Amino acid sequence: MTATRERDTDVEELERVTIRFAGDSGDGMQLTGTQFTRTAAVFGNDISTFPDFPAEIRAPAGSLPGVSGFQISFSSTDIHTPGDEPDVLVAMNPAALKTNIGDLPAGGALIVNSDAFTQQNLNKAAFTSNPLTDGSLKAFTVFEVPISTLNERSLDGLDMTSKQKDLTKNFFALGLMFWLYERSMDPTLHWIDQKFSARPVIADANKRALKAGYAFGETTEAFHTHYRVRPAKLDAGTYRNITGNEATALGFLAASKLAGRQLFYGSYPITPASDILHQLSGYKSFGVKTFQAEDEIAAIGAAIGASYGGALGLTASSGPGIALKSEAMGLAVMVELPLIVIDVQRAGPSTGMPTKNEQADLLQVMFGRNADSPIPIVAPATPGECFDYAIEACRLALKYMTPVAFMSDAFLATGSEPWRIPAVADLPDISVVNATDASSFRPYLRDPHTLARPWAVPGTPGLEHRIGGLEKADVTGNVSYDPDNHHRMQQLRAAKVAGIADDIPPLEVFGPEQGELLILGWGSTYGAIRSAVERLTADGKSDAHAHLRHLNPFPKNTETVLRRYRRVLIPEVNLGQLLMLVRAKYLIDAVGYDRVRGKPFRIAEIVAEADRILGATAGGSVASELGAAQP
Amino acid sequence: MTDANVNATNGNGSTPGSVPLSPENAQVIALTRKDFVSDQEVRWCPGCGDYSILAQTQKVMPDFGFPRENIVFISGIGCSGRLPYYMNTYGFHTIHGRAPTLATGLKAARPDLMVWVITGDGDALSIGGNHVIHSMRRNVDINLVMFNNRIYGLTKGQASPTSEFGKRTKSTPAGTVDTPIQPLTVALAAEASFVARSVDTHTEHLQQTLERAGYHRGSAFIEVLQNCNIFNDGAWRDFTDREVREDRMLVLEHGKPMIFGKDRDKGIRLVGLHPEVVTIGENGITEADLLVHDETAEEPYLALILSRMFWPDFPVPVGVFRAVPRPTHDKLIEDQLAAAVAKSGPGDLAAVINGGETWTVE
Repeated sequence: MTATRERDTDVEELERVTIRFAGDSGDGMQLTGTQFTRTAAVFGNDISTFPDFPAEIRAPAGSLPGVSGFQISFSSTDIHTPGDEPDVLVAMNPAALKTNIGDLPAGGALIVNSDAFTQQNLNKAAFTSNPLTDGSLKAFTVFEVPISTLNERSLDGLDMTSKQKDLTKNFFALGLMFWLYERSMDPTLHWIDQKFSARPVIADANKRALKAGYAFGETTEAFHTHYRVRPAKLDAGTYRNITGNEATALGFLAASKLAGRQLFYGSYPITPASDILHQLSGYKSFGVKTFQAEDEIAAIGAAIGASYGGALGLTASSGPGIALKSEAMGLAVMVELPLIVIDVQRAGPSTGMPTKNEQADLLQVMFGRNADSPIPIVAPATPGECFDYAIEACRLALKYMTPVAFMSDAFLATGSEPWRIPAVADLPDISVVNATDASSFRPYLRDPHTLARPWAVPGTPGLEHRIGGLEKADVTGNVSYDPDNHHRMQQLRAAKVAGIADDIPPLEVFGPEQGELLILGWGSTYGAIRSAVERLTADGKSDAHAHLRHLNPFPKNTETVLRRYRRVLIPEVNLGQLLMLVRAKYLIDAVGYDRVRGKPFRIAEIVAEADRILGATAGGSVASELGAAQP
Repeated sequence: MTDANVNATNGNGSTPGSVPLSPENAQVIALTRKDFVSDQEVRWCPGCGDYSILAQTQKVMPDFGFPRENIVFISGIGCSGRLPYYMNTYGFHTIHGRAPTLATGLKAARPDLMVWVITGDGDALSIGGNHVIHSMRRNVDINLVMFNNRIYGLTKGQASPTSEFGKRTKSTPAGTVDTPIQPLTVALAAEASFVARSVDTHTEHLQQTLERAGYHRGSAFIEVLQNCNIFNDGAWRDFTDREVREDRMLVLEHGKPMIFGKDRDKGIRLVGLHPEVVTIGENGITEADLLVHDETAEEPYLALILSRMFWPDFPVPVGVFRAVPRPTHDKLIEDQLAAAVAKSGPGDLAAVINGGETWTVE
C-alpha cells in the first residue's frame, strides 16, 4: 500500500488477469484495449490479446451487431492465449452486456456504464427488462458506474460539444482499469499528447477523462480491492508488443535486406491482411515498393513481374482473394520464380465473417490450382513467429525458385504478444546469386541439389530467353508438348518441393517422447494447445504437443513422431483439413477436433477433448483397434 | 545490406545501367533486325497478319538504341501471345489478360527496362479489360500493342468484344447481341498518355507508329487492325485494301488539317459536337473549315471524337490520336522513395525492429 493513496484499499496479488472491454464499434474499445496492452507489456507482464470486432465500420449505435470487443490476458507467468473467459467484463452499453455476459464466469466482475442503460438502448439490445435491476446478474459482482455522467463532469469548461465529450468515455473506463490493476497512466498520457498534438482541446479532454477514471477508482467506496500482477519472468532481452501483421511486415522487410533484394509488395485491400500493406507502405526509405493494385489478380501479377525483374515479389490476401490469385500462383509454379503469397485467413466460405478467425484455407492453398501444382507452405504459430517465418518463406522461395505460401490468420494478425527483438546480426543470410554466364546458361537447367532453375533477370547480356505458362522442355525451357517431357517436368516440380523436407527443422515434441496422446496442431491454435497440454501435465497426465510450422512438405520425422503415440488428436479451426493431409499421407488413424465459431480455441475445450479421447482409450476398445499402429 | 535502396538485380553485381532511348545510341549499339529474331520457329497460320506485325516490330527495335537484354516482351493468351517467343529479347508469355499486371510490376521494380505488352482484342478488352484500364491511368511506361482481329482465333472462332453487333460466329450462330467496344475510346477514357492505331498490312505506317510508341514515355496503347485469314478473313478489307484505303482512311498528322481521299479533296469538320465529312471546294468549304489534328491537346476531346469515327460512316483514322507528357508510374514511385530517404535518411532495419515502446528483461 502506497502512502499517497487517499484511502486504504486491499491489494490482492494475482498471477493472471483477463479483461474484456466491450462496447459499440464507435466507442473506441479497440483503442482502449490496445492502450491497456501497451501499458501491461511495457510493465513487463506476459500478454496475449484477442481483438474481436464486427466487419461493419459503424453499425447502428447500441445495436447487437455493432458490439466490438477486446480481450487481454496479462500475467506474471508465461501465457500462450488471451484467456478462455474474462475475469472482468467492462460493458459500455446493454448490447455489449448481452453479447458478452455469456462468457463471464459466475463470480466474475462486471463493470457497466449504467448511464447507457436507457430504455431505448435496452430495446435495441432486445432486453425486455433492465438486467441491472431484474436480478439476472446476481451471479456476478456488478459495479454500476455512471461513466458518461462522471466523464462529462470531468470535462466541464472545455470547448466541446456533449457528443464530443461522450467520445472520450472509453478513456474514463481505461483510467478506472488502470487504477484497479495498479498501472501507470504515463504511457497513455504520452500517447495522447503525441496523437492529438495538433488538437490540444481533444488531448486535454482525453487526459482528463483518463485521470478522472483513475481518481474515481481511488476515491469511490465501490471498489474494496485492487490488484497486482507482477512482471513475468521472460527470457532476457529487449521486448516489444507486436501483432502478427506487424511482425509479418517487419519480417518481410528484414528478409529483403537479408536477401539483398528490393521488396515489391502487390496487394489489394482485404480484411484482415490490409494492415500489412499499410505498414510496408511506410518503409519507402528502405526502397520498399508497395503497389495497391486494381484487384487481387493484378496484385499477384505485379509481384510475379517484379520477381521476374529480380526483386523479392510479395502479395497478400485472405481466402477470397487467394481464390482469385490461383491461376497466377500456377503460373509462378510453371515459370519457377520466387514469390511469396501471404494468406491471412478468415472465416468463410465466400465472404464469410471477414473479421473473424478461421484456419480453413489449408487445402485451398495446398491444392487450389489446376493440375498438380505444388507450393511450399509455412505457417507461424504465434504473432511473434510471423517475423521468423516471413524470413523462412523468403529463404525457401529464393533458394528453390518457387512460390511459397505464408499462412497466417485473423487471430494471429490482430492478436499480440511480447516479442523478444532479435539482433539484426543474428538473422540468417538468405541471399542467392543471379545467373550471368551466357555459355552455361539454360533456362531450365537445374541445380542438382535443390532442383532450382537459374534466375536470369532481364538486363543480363547474353541470357535473353523466353518463359511462360506453356509446358517447358527440360533444360532448354522451350515450349514442349512432348509426353515424356511433361511427365518428367511434373515429377521434377514435385520433387523440388518435396526435397525441401531435407532443409527444414524436424518436428519437435513438447512433453513425453512417446505415450498415449499427441496433440498435433498448426498455426494459431498453438497457444490453446500448449496451454491445454501444460494443464493436463499439471494434472498428472502425460499428453504431448507437436506443432507444424511447415505444412508442405512436412518435416521428415513427422511420421516417426506421430507413430510414437497411441492416439493423435488434431484440433483445427476448420472441419479437419490437416487431419485429412496427415491421414492421407501417413495412413495414421488420427482424429480431429473442430470448432469453427470464428474464435480461437479455448484451452478448456482441448483439455476436455483430450480427456474424452483418453477416457475412450482407457476403455480398451480404441487401444486394441490401434494396436497395429504402435511403434 | 546497408544500402538504402537495394537494387532488384543484386546477387552478383549484374545491375544494368539505364540506357537513354536515342537514335545516337542505336548507332553505337549497332543492332539490326536480325539480332531480334529468335531461334524459335514461327507457328502462326500462313497468311496471318501477325507475321507482318512481328516483322515490323523486329525492324524498328534497333532504332531505339536499347541493348537487347534491356528489352522485355510480355504477352497474354491468344495468337498474339506467342510473339515474345519469336523476339530475341527477354520474354514472358503469361496468362490470359494479365500481361499488363506483370508489366506493371516489372517496370516498377526495373525502371531501366523497355517493356512491351503484346495482346489481342479478347485478351485486352474482355478478360483483361480491368488491367488495361488501370495500367493506362497509372501511366505505366509500357507499349501495349493490341492486335485487333475482331474474333477469338486461338479458340477457333468465337465472337470477341470488338466483333460487330449481330456478327454470326461459332458461339453466336444467330448473331452476337453484344455491342462492340471501341478500343481507342477505352484507352482515352482510361487516361492513356499515348494512343495510336495502325494496320498490319500498312507496313511503313505500322513501323512509324511503333517507333513513335517506343519513344513515348508512359502508357502507350497501340491498336493494330489485324487480319485473321482463317476465322475472320477480310475483317478490315473494306477500308484497308490498297484500292480503297485512301478514300476510306484518314491518316492523322499533328498540326495538319484532316484531309483524305485519292484526290485529297475530302475533309472532316466539326458541326456542334459531331464530325462531318465534307468536300473541299463544295458549298464554299475550304481547308480553313477543317479540323486540325492536335495530338498534344491537354483534354482528349478531339481524340475521343476521332476514336468514335469508323467506316462506313466515316473514314477510319489511323496514326497518333494522342501523345501527351505525364509523369510515369515508375518515376513517381522512385521519387517517393528518394523523398523518403532525403527526409529521414536510408532505412535502418535495427531501428525499425526496435521501434515503438520496448522494455528490457535482465
